[in-house]
Amino acid sequence: MAGPMKIRATAAGGFTDIRVLMTHPMETGQRKDPDGKLVPLYFIQTVTVKLNGRTVVDGQISQGVSRNPVFSFRIKGGARGDKVEVAWEDNTGETSSIEAAVA
Amino acid sequence: MDKFRRALLGVVALGLLKPWAAFAAWNKEAFGASSAAEALKGIGASGAAPSKEIVIEAPEIAENGAVVPIEITSKLPGTSSIAVVVDKNPFPLVGKFDFLEGAVPFVKLNVKMGETSEVRVIAQAGGRSYVATKEIKVTIGGCGG
Repeated sequence: MAGPMKIRATAAGGFTDIRVLMTHPMETGQRKDPDGKLVPLYFIQTVTVKLNGRTVVDGQISQGVSRNPVFSFRIKGGARGDKVEVAWEDNTGETSSIEAAVA
Repeated sequence: MDKFRRALLGVVALGLLKPWAAFAAWNKEAFGASSAAEALKGIGASGAAPSKEIVIEAPEIAENGAVVPIEITSKLPGTSSIAVVVDKNPFPLVGKFDFLEGAVPFVKLNVKMGETSEVRVIAQAGGRSYVATKEIKVTIGGCGG
């Protein structure tokens, strides 16, 4: 099942590095469970990164991303205290998001 | 008749509103493609020109195909998106990231690889597509779970 996210945003040298972890099984729809039944497709489809409420990265991903996805993104500028938000939506319509202040 | 008109107007209005939805529609055609060529076509990147300005940092040999770290930077001016395609995966397109004002065309992610394969990174800049390729050898496949 999908679970909590973790985020870290650090400013250095005029850039802000964002590292985010999502808890999600990212099922490919090709794996079989111990009873030999196919585990249905279950994966994150969209990932968005916002800085102070404005979208800066708009990503679409497939089941080809590893389980419990970890992404790094980089944005120009970003001052201490700026608000970074990362959100995802999966193929079942489930969503999750996390917010952090730039450190 | 009035009811029909109202329904029709509703459909039109929905269509107009769609581009402003919080999430852009997932590119079903490109992600559902079972060959790299089809995937490239799906993201409008057929005939991408090779470029050395796209830097791919990834292991030559991945011990575990379930988690292959790939770091991508595009030095092409005006890069608007980066896409990752693993040629030999059942569905080659792994992801496409659009970079808007304020973002650096950089992304690091972990991908699954079923077997040794060419990994293509496509960057779109100034309305044109560019590609860089790197072969990653996989000793244990990552699609069986």
